[in-house]
Parts: sequence; C-alpha cells; structure tokens
Amino acid sequence: MRGSLFESPAWCRVQCQRHCSQTPHKKEVPCVFGRPPQLPITKIIRLSAALLACHRRRSTPTAALSLPPRVCSLPPESLSCRLSTIYSWVRKTKLCSVDAAMATTKPRLSSFSRNLSAVSSSQTPGVKCGPNGTMFVSSGIADLDRYFEILGGGFPLGSLVMVMEDAEAPHHMLLLRNFMSQGLVHGQPLLYASPSKDPRGFLGTLPSPASLKHDKSRDRESEQEKGLRIAWQYKKYMGENQPNFDSHRVTHHYSGADNKQDYCNEFDFRKPLERHYFTRQRVNCVGIQHSKNLAALQEHCASFLAQHQRNDGSSALAGRIAIQSLCAPQCEHSNMDWEMLSFIKSLKGMVRSSNAVVVITFPPSLLSLSSTKRWQHMADTLLSVAAIPDEDKELAKLLSGYQDMVGLLNVQKVARLNTQVPLILEATTFSIKLQKRRFLVLECLNQAPVDGSSGSSYGTSGVFLQLSLTQKCYIEQLRMVSKEMDR
Amino acid sequence: MENQNLNLLDRALGLDGPSEPWPLSGRVVLIEDCVETSGSFVLHQLVKRSLSPTSSNVIIFVAFANPFSHYDRILRKLGCNLVTQRDNKRFIFFDMLMLRCPDEGKSSEGGLVLLYEKILKTICGLPGDKKDYVTIMIDDISLVEVAANGGSDYVLDFLHYCHALTSEFDCSLITLNHEDIYSSMERPTLILQMEYLADILIKAEPLSTGLATDVHGQLTVLNKGTSHRLGRSGNKIHNFHYKVKENTVEYFYPGSRV
Repeated sequence: MRGSLFESPAWCRVQCQRHCSQTPHKKEVPCVFGRPPQLPITKIIRLSAALLACHRRRSTPTAALSLPPRVCSLPPESLSCRLSTIYSWVRKTKLCSVDAAMATTKPRLSSFSRNLSAVSSSQTPGVKCGPNGTMFVSSGIADLDRYFEILGGGFPLGSLVMVMEDAEAPHHMLLLRNFMSQGLVHGQPLLYASPSKDPRGFLGTLPSPASLKHDKSRDRESEQEKGLRIAWQYKKYMGENQPNFDSHRVTHHYSGADNKQDYCNEFDFRKPLERHYFTRQRVNCVGIQHSKNLAALQEHCASFLAQHQRNDGSSALAGRIAIQSLCAPQCEHSNMDWEMLSFIKSLKGMVRSSNAVVVITFPPSLLSLSSTKRWQHMADTLLSVAAIPDEDKELAKLLSGYQDMVGLLNVQKVARLNTQVPLILEATTFSIKLQKRRFLVLECLNQAPVDGSSGSSYGTSGVFLQLSLTQKCYIEQLRMVSKEMDR
Repeated sequence: MENQNLNLLDRALGLDGPSEPWPLSGRVVLIEDCVETSGSFVLHQLVKRSLSPTSSNVIIFVAFANPFSHYDRILRKLGCNLVTQRDNKRFIFFDMLMLRCPDEGKSSEGGLVLLYEKILKTICGLPGDKKDYVTIMIDDISLVEVAANGGSDYVLDFLHYCHALTSEFDCSLITLNHEDIYSSMERPTLILQMEYLADILIKAEPLSTGLATDVHGQLTVLNKGTSHRLGRSGNKIHNFHYKVKENTVEYFYPGSRV
C-alpha cells in the first residue's frame, strides 16, 4: 500500500483521523506508516490500536495497516499480546488487509494473503513470494510481470517457460535478453546455451538497466496523464488512495521502501550491460551446435541445478537457465525428436525441485505438429512471438499505434504450480514496441476507432487469407474481438 | 456417498449409487485434454472421491508430470490430506519424473516392465481386504511415451498389462492423455487403442467460443455399458460445462449458470 510516511505516531494518528472524518465514503484509507528505527514496538501497537478503533467507529469498509519489517520478523510468541489482539480482531472483522509479511507468521489468514505482490522477500533480492507456496523472479519485462501480477508477478521458481519463435523475426531474443539481464543485475547465476558459434559473444548485446532519472520522470509524466482532472482538494487524497493494481506505469511499486534494487528493471537496449556482471562464476555459456546429442547440455544443466536445490524454508539464490533455439536446424540433435523431448522432460523434473527458472525458445515451424503439441504440453508457461509486416494497410486500420509495433506476443499458457485453477485473463495478446528504440514495452492490443462510414465488420475472409499462418491466430482473436464489439 | 454433495461429474461416472462395491472397480477411465484446457482437475476429483472416508480404496499414483508436493497442495485445498493417506498406506505415490529408459532398443521397455512389476508387487503386498479396492492412476501417458523414447508399442504393452490387472484384481485404471498431440498424426494408434480400451471416456475441451473466466471449458463423459437401476445397460453421453476453483469444481449444464 502506498501512503504517507510519518515520523511521529501521534502525528500519524492525527492525520488518519482527519482522513477518516473528511473522506467518509472512501473505500480505502491510506493509513500506512513506516517507523523510524528508534520507535519502540509498544508505540506502534498503541498507534495501530488507535487506528483500528478510529476506523471501527467510522465504519469504513476497509482500512490498511502495515507493520514494518522488523516487527514482522519477530517470532509470533514474542509479539505483544496486544498486537495479537489487534490481529485477531482484524481476522474476525475482516476490515483490514494486513501486510503480507505478517500473514506469513499467521498462516491461517487466508482472504487477504493474496495481496502479497507488494512485498519482496527481504533476504533474497529479485525473488518474491507468491500464492500457493511459490516464489517468483522477474521476467525482466515490467509489463509482463504486471500481467502476471495475479499469478505472483513474474516466472515461478521451478517452472519451465517456453517461447515459440517466429522464423521471420528475432523478437524472442528481446525477451531472452531482458530475462538474462534481469538475472545478472540481481546477481543470479545464469546458464546460457545457444546454437551460435560464440555464445559468450551474445552477452555483449545484453541491455543495461536504464538510469534511475529516466525511470522517475517517465512515471511522473504518465501518472499525470492518468490522473483525473478533479478539484484540487480531492486530488490530494486521490493520489494516495489509488489501489496499486489499478495504476499502470508505476514501476517503483515493486521495490520495497528501502530496497536499493528493484524487483524488475527497465532495460535500455542502447546501453550494453557492464562487463563486470558477466564474470565466469556467474555466467556459464554452452554451445549446442557441435555436440552430437544433448547429453553434454543435460549434464551442464544438472550440475547448475544441483547448486540451486530447494530446501524447505531456505532462501538460496535463484538461478536462471536460458536455452536459445533448442531445435535449431544447425544442431545435430535437431532431427532427434524423442531425444529432445526426453531432455526437456528430465530438465523439467530437475527444475521442479530447484530454485531456478528455465526459459527455452524454439521455432515450432521446424517441428512436426504432434511434436510441437508435446513441447507445448511440457511447458509450464507458454509464450509465442510473431512478426508484424511493415506496411500492412489492413492491420493499420485494425490496430491503433500500428506504426510503432515490431511484433506480437501471445500468452498461451500460464504456469499453474501447486494449484488446479486455470488462469484466464482478459487479454492474451500484446504488441511489442520498442519505445525510442531503447525500451521494450508490451501493450494490450487496442482496436483502432471504427470507421463510421463503413459500418461493416473488419473480418472479411479475403483480408485474412493474405497473412501467414503464424499471424493468423492473432488476427483471428482480433476478429473475434471486433465481432464482439460490433454486437 | 449419499451424504456428500454429488456433482454432475459424479453422477455421470455412476458414483451416485452405493459406495460398496466401488462403481469404478474393474473399469478403465481415460481422461483426455488439450493445451487450452487441462484435465488434471478431473484426476484430482477422482483422487478425492476414492480417498473419501466411506470408501476403502487404495490409490497407486504413478506420476510422470508433477511431484508429490504439487498434488498434496491441491488436494489439501479440496479437503483431502495426502500426507496422512500416504502414511495410512491408502495413497501410494510413485515419483517417475526422472524415469528415463536407456537408449538401446531392446531394453527400452526395461523401465516400463520394471514399473509394471513394481505395481504388481505393491498390489500383492496389500492386506487382503484392501486388495479388492485398488485404483491405479497414471499422470500422464504422453510422458510415459517420452520416457520410453517414443516406443509407443512398449507403452501399449504396459497399458495392456495394467488392463489385465483390472480383471485379475478388480482394480480400476485411470489414465490421463493429451488428445491434441495425436489429432495431427496419420495413425494415432496409441490414443485409438486407449479409447477402445476405456470404459469411461472423459474429454475436457474449451468451448467453441474460446476461453472465458466464468466457464473454463466443457466436459464430455462417455460411459460405456452403464447398468441403470432398471437393469438395462447402454452407452450414455453427458455433456456439461465446468469452472475450476481452488476448493471445488463447479459443474453445470450449458446456460444454467446465473
């Protein structure tokens, strides 16, 4: 929760009471406070009791209470009984959502433990806790993390991510670069396998995190754009009250109050990653072009994953494996279908019990249909990228912002570890844009304004037959969407 | 069984009758799904029903897809504690995630033969009263094929041997396979044989209009040779929609959901 930082609890209480009195109908009151280290816990407890009493009197539907990390790390028995009383009152009345770190000490608080996304594990940088006992690392693309917000914000540790390439355009490399850079920035070891002659050379093309100044200015201007034009008095409170899952371009919501490292960085493709990030200890590059079979790669993966074994409760450093174009034709194993499937199966088995994420990209056009389906079933998270033709008037009519798009990204499957509920989100297709040719941005597809004069639906079959097979599925989705809108 | 809330799937499978004898014993169930709609929730539902306190089933779960912790977490939310059941010897888990049969042709089947022997030994090792109520679950068959390096003949042999167990020991065999893998093949022998062997065929597929948040897909249950209360038997097809949640799965007829 975002809110104001107060130095003195008394002042905080006064402010909150003022908020309560002035905003009786507000859904959420931003009574979040951080405390300076020297403030004793008893004062915190008194303040929180006062806050809750205040909200109870006002009968506001929800209030927010955040306890600082130092309190949360105490074992439950040592917490003052007054804090436990407050806590049990919270549970009973369900008026407050308690900060996620507290939720971990009392595992029975179920209904609000879903709002875990704002808390990052304080011990390990770049790793977040999510629902169902899974931990997450960032994908390196803020928009994709935001899309997976409901899931936990990123790729779950222990999962296998597959990206289906488009033979016409190398957009999967953008995703791979962001993924690898994010891991290196967080100090997470990386194993990179590629069919190229010099895998190590690829590291020189990895992007570097954008400078902080640019981040903040982007956020501020986009916030101002999104801000409603309302009377100045309300705007003061509205800005603080906005629930974080509604605001869009706020990348700093991922970072903790005093974390120096963001969970997800913005990467600048024009600035290469500094060389000290990819030392030999952190990055291991493997070439798969010349090896007879996948046994060598499997051994590399096995030894890498053995270093990241998951032990219950420990927070070992997360690891990342990136395998590019696994079935590329220049590799000798590319026609050994069952060999590759067996490799993926054993890799998946190994990664499930480790703190690592594996990203594999492959061109599905080079595999048989049935093999492609097998690969798709093995993936936990399945993404696919497609190219967009440069000058396509029909597409320009269908989509707004067509000129800036370089490709499309489709999320076909999302990892469901430890749960049986499928994740069905409203939008699954995104446009890939390179803002200012530096920053990778994913946007939901928006239909261009309907041409009032025509009045007919966009989907005439003649138009769609011209497009290649890879783009057809995305255009089908667009057609369905336009039909829905026409209805 | 009568006390529990029975949903449409239970009725379609014939689980709404008396729980002794177990309606699925001696029968083969095949669950088919695709990339868009996963059918594993049906498997979880069957595990929960088999391990209900009123029945005395023993489950031998051969897992190729997910580790024990995954199923444990899911079933716990559904109301079934797998750890306790494992300690009570009602849930026997075979972790086959890392099974890989060696490359040479002649011993490619070796791994599967050993697996079958292990299952047989487990069943024979059960105490007398529990031997009649065994359920063998395999998740999933496409990974068994991968483990056998593509030797679908060996996989078929293995399945036939397991099928023989259903008549020998009256156990039930429940398997999961991905139908869309075989739909593009010229001669999809494996899936056709499995569909022929199966007494009950459960197919999970998306709606023709695509995926939605309210309805996750549709289930088609083909129950061959059901015996109704009136004594007749025949094929019965059920079709209904479903929505999967953490604690339960809702089944409803198309259009009947408010």
